[in-house]
Amino acid sequence: MASNGSINSAIPSGPLADKWTKHKNESKLINPANKRKFSIIVVGSGLAGGSAAATLSELGYQVKCFCYQDSPRRAHSIAAQGGINAAKNYQNDGDSVWRLFYDTIKGGDFRSREANVYRLAEVSANIIDQCVAQGVPFAREYGGLLDNRSFGGAQVSRTFYARGQTGQQLLIGCYQALEKEIAKGGVKMYPRTEMLDLVVVDGHAKGIIVRDMVTGEISRHAADCVILATGGYGNVFYLSTNAKGCNVMAAYRAHKRGAYFANPCYTQIHPTCIPVSGDYQSKLTLMSESLRNDGRIWVPKSPEDAAAIREGRKKASDIPDEDRDYYLERKYPSFGNLAPRDISSRSAKEACDEGRGVAPTGLGVFLDFRDAIDRLGKDTIEARYGNLFQMYEKIAGTDPYTSPMQIYPAVHYTMGGLWVDYNLMSNVPGLHVLGEANFSDHGANRLGASALMQGLADGYFVIPATLPNYLAGETPGSVSTEHDAFAEAEAAVRERVDKLMSIDGKRTVDSFHRELGLLVWDKCGMARNEEGLKEALEKIPAIREEFWENVRVPGDSGNLNAELEKAGRVADFLEFAELLCYDALEREESCGGHFREEYQFTEDDEAVKTGHTGPGEAKRRDDEFCYVAAWESTGAGNKPKLHKEDLDFENVKLSVRSYK
Amino acid sequence: MNLTLKVWRQKNPDDHGRIETYEAKDIPEECSFLEMLDIVNERIITEGGDPIHFDHDCREGICGTCSLTINGIPHSKERGITACQVHMRKFRDGDTIWIEPFRARAFPIVRDLVVDRTAFDRIIAAGGYISVRTGSAQDANALPVSKDDADASFDAAACIGCGACVAACKNASAMLFVGAKASHLNHLPQGQPEKDRRVLAMVRQMDAEGFGNCTNQYECEAVCPKSISADVIAKLNRDYAIAVAKEATTAS
Amino acid sequence: MIKGNYKMNPLGKAILQFWRSSIGRKIVVALTGVLLVLFLFGHVAGNLLIFQGREAMNSYAQFLHEMLHGQGVWIARIGLLVAFVLHIWATISLTRENKEARNARYACDNTVQASRSSRIMIWSGLTVLAFVIFHIFHFTIRVDPDLANLPDTAYAAENPGESRHDVYAMVIKGFQNPLVVLFYIVGITLLCSHLSHGVASLFQTLGLRSRKTSGFETKLSWAVAIALWIGFLSIPFAVMVGALKNKPGGGHAEVAPPSGAPVAIADIHEG
Repeated sequence: MASNGSINSAIPSGPLADKWTKHKNESKLINPANKRKFSIIVVGSGLAGGSAAATLSELGYQVKCFCYQDSPRRAHSIAAQGGINAAKNYQNDGDSVWRLFYDTIKGGDFRSREANVYRLAEVSANIIDQCVAQGVPFAREYGGLLDNRSFGGAQVSRTFYARGQTGQQLLIGCYQALEKEIAKGGVKMYPRTEMLDLVVVDGHAKGIIVRDMVTGEISRHAADCVILATGGYGNVFYLSTNAKGCNVMAAYRAHKRGAYFANPCYTQIHPTCIPVSGDYQSKLTLMSESLRNDGRIWVPKSPEDAAAIREGRKKASDIPDEDRDYYLERKYPSFGNLAPRDISSRSAKEACDEGRGVAPTGLGVFLDFRDAIDRLGKDTIEARYGNLFQMYEKIAGTDPYTSPMQIYPAVHYTMGGLWVDYNLMSNVPGLHVLGEANFSDHGANRLGASALMQGLADGYFVIPATLPNYLAGETPGSVSTEHDAFAEAEAAVRERVDKLMSIDGKRTVDSFHRELGLLVWDKCGMARNEEGLKEALEKIPAIREEFWENVRVPGDSGNLNAELEKAGRVADFLEFAELLCYDALEREESCGGHFREEYQFTEDDEAVKTGHTGPGEAKRRDDEFCYVAAWESTGAGNKPKLHKEDLDFENVKLSVRSYK
Repeated sequence: MNLTLKVWRQKNPDDHGRIETYEAKDIPEECSFLEMLDIVNERIITEGGDPIHFDHDCREGICGTCSLTINGIPHSKERGITACQVHMRKFRDGDTIWIEPFRARAFPIVRDLVVDRTAFDRIIAAGGYISVRTGSAQDANALPVSKDDADASFDAAACIGCGACVAACKNASAMLFVGAKASHLNHLPQGQPEKDRRVLAMVRQMDAEGFGNCTNQYECEAVCPKSISADVIAKLNRDYAIAVAKEATTAS
Repeated sequence: MIKGNYKMNPLGKAILQFWRSSIGRKIVVALTGVLLVLFLFGHVAGNLLIFQGREAMNSYAQFLHEMLHGQGVWIARIGLLVAFVLHIWATISLTRENKEARNARYACDNTVQASRSSRIMIWSGLTVLAFVIFHIFHFTIRVDPDLANLPDTAYAAENPGESRHDVYAMVIKGFQNPLVVLFYIVGITLLCSHLSHGVASLFQTLGLRSRKTSGFETKLSWAVAIALWIGFLSIPFAVMVGALKNKPGGGHAEVAPPSGAPVAIADIHEG
């Protein structure tokens, strides 16, 4: 395959607003009697996988759904707090499908596909209808109608929410739909089951190899197509807001079997997390972005005041207003504290790099509700954020009603993922990828409350319409688990498990994961540069080598063995981290979640002189990098091969992304 | 801080299981309870032992995976949080801490502190949903829901399905869980068409799974990490009685 | 329990399913509990007539025996027996299921808010059952000949040719044995412990409790328990301290009747 602009993204022709309708009209159909002959494997049971499995079963397909959790209801979609966007314009504040589309494209720093994003905005309204009908208890006004709030990167209120538990409520809706289909017999559920490899038969994805995590049994599953909805790879950084079990294994195994991995360097660092407090730390806790509606972010103007706070000589309340730097309000007056995530995160890092951080480690800024409490009263704030405040107090041990929260950015979401076309099918026919696991809709940066939207859009509305385009060309049940490809994949999986069990080294799996995470965070985190990335690319193989010689996996593989599970995942992170760094190195520009220190605006730039943006802001290079980087695996340890999908913008004008 | 841990160890479902003692030395006060177990496990592994297995995932109190009974109380004596949100600053240097799995016949032990809670999934599958075919829904604002109903529904919907209610109940009753799940949907207008069917099916599945029944001691609401009120049990009882009466008097 | 799905009309099937379900049996326990509590109030009110004197007590007992041509007492007895049996049968079967449901105990057993009364319901209940059996042999069947042969001589003198049992004398005589009194104290105390949880519980089981009303229900529960405890045990106490005496020759009680003594409605044990 050529390495430039040769990937077929299958985007329908015609005007942007008509593409999806046209595509649905032209898509193939499978008649009801034939649907039940097709079997579909869905890996992952979060918003994307769960909604896809339930909907496909409703349509009559035979679905097998796999998740590593003990119940599909626990997938990490559950942790999303803030809300879900939809272009309903219930607030009559000028929202529209176009505006949601435009905000998402711009929020993604013009690195996503117009057609995909427009479709997302288009189906967003149906998602809310669907979820309300399922009984999702969204917040309501006294009149009984749905309430909305505003979120980062938007100037309208289009975010629907269910207190601070929107993800959990949406997931429960989706899980209930899934359980209904399980009871009906349309879906066979495999909890506590981990996908260890993808099976590709004659170039088509036709099955998976899984391990039953309770009995250790390794088994083959064949189907007419495979859907991966396995989430993101944020845990490559070890510390992230992801659940401990989140991993890249399914996506990475698919990558090794031929699927392209797109834009892995687009990683989102969420600005409002509880700062790290020690090296025992196992994960980071997100405080919802919705807090930025009423909280004001600041650090002291002087490093001396900051030092005094760090050392406990001063309290936040000792700093008078004129000595505080509300830096987001200062730098981005029109968006203020609701500036997009990438920008807010980098601003916090800058403030801390200047020695003005306030947490004991120096890495933390204030999120202050003093003014909001004065303006609205404590009761209103409690009604809006009570559970978040309580959560903060439990973890940090201080009361946010009386002293401001301390926050710092943390890895939260990964925009990159397996490459997919408009049908959400990867370059491996039959392999479809949904939700965070694909790369498609968020470009280089995701706006708040858009992940839930994308997951459900993919699962409820997109894949049921696009899947027949693949299936209609297939003979149902054409491949069985007796095929040689299954035997080969199973043997490879067994060999790998046996290898991990037999190393019997000295170091724990977590110690390798921590080492890798620190390195990747340091060199490929909030800010990246060529030197650091090259250094990481040298060090990662060394860690990987030691891992395969010196890791210790206790117990045996014949029953529940958490260390074995972790070892398999970390082994893949150790390979994937290289891919991440290659991509970050290759993309010589700054955009969204990818900030290359070499590429930022300076005083000499025209855009700075005209006041359109400020020095230090991310500088895109549209002439050279307006493409999707889709990487092809060439085997562990080898540099992957780059394929470029050029991004054509026919409807929006690429501009410097300004939130001033 | 230094602690003594008394931990339930059980190799597999068939093993008898026993309490074993571990010394947890130099534990930072700021770390969470699960991070304390991580530290202990790292040491066990390094010394050639088998680490303590426990369920966990999100570690921020929402996924409902963690399931530890700490000093005899599911999720610990701290109210309104899950085990993963317990921090070591709540313990004192020199404390002895008992760590056991969630105990119930309907939650068989898988290994150590890991239990099988799929009975909950089967209860939901029996009727804990609103049947709505994807794409067939009307506009979301076409059906106003009073704020009170929406709030009552949400209070019940906050359930994270962790099973602490079952573990705390001396009868291993799942009434708080089933009550919460049924109340969530039964409070809403969307949930009315299937209300009676839902309640009957969920209660019957709950009984079939081998959970005990409620003796109104409210230990469940005391340990519920989402502080779900036992009101949902009263509502379940009421809805069940009504559903049975309707079933008995309506020819089918 | 009844097994099998032989052909049955829908109503019968629904009732059977109701009985088989955990909530169904709980509702049976609650409804029979309501009946039993109402009976206890009637019983205590009738008992307190003893403070009005021999005539009031014995006439009341006589009324109970003669109402509805002597059938009233049997209707009430059978009704109570059915309620009692259902109450016990349902709770025993539920308790067995509960023990099975929690098949392993915690090595470190702990509770947060469960009251002691609530945790010993089955034991307080079974002890009360033993007490009730004793009580029936003691005062209803009267196996002790000393208590059985006590004609009301004053009544016989006023109504020649008729006779009635001297309940008044029997009660006082019966409570002159300290062991009997001790057993009564234990029995009634456990009964009231049972009620302190049971009354509040029945609101929950019948779906009538909410967070807003739970304070009231708990207080009501305790009020019922304490009122019955005082009412029932006031009599053996009065006998023990000598405030109630059975004057030979069928005289009237020596204590003045408390003003506003309750009017009896039902007491079917006596007589």
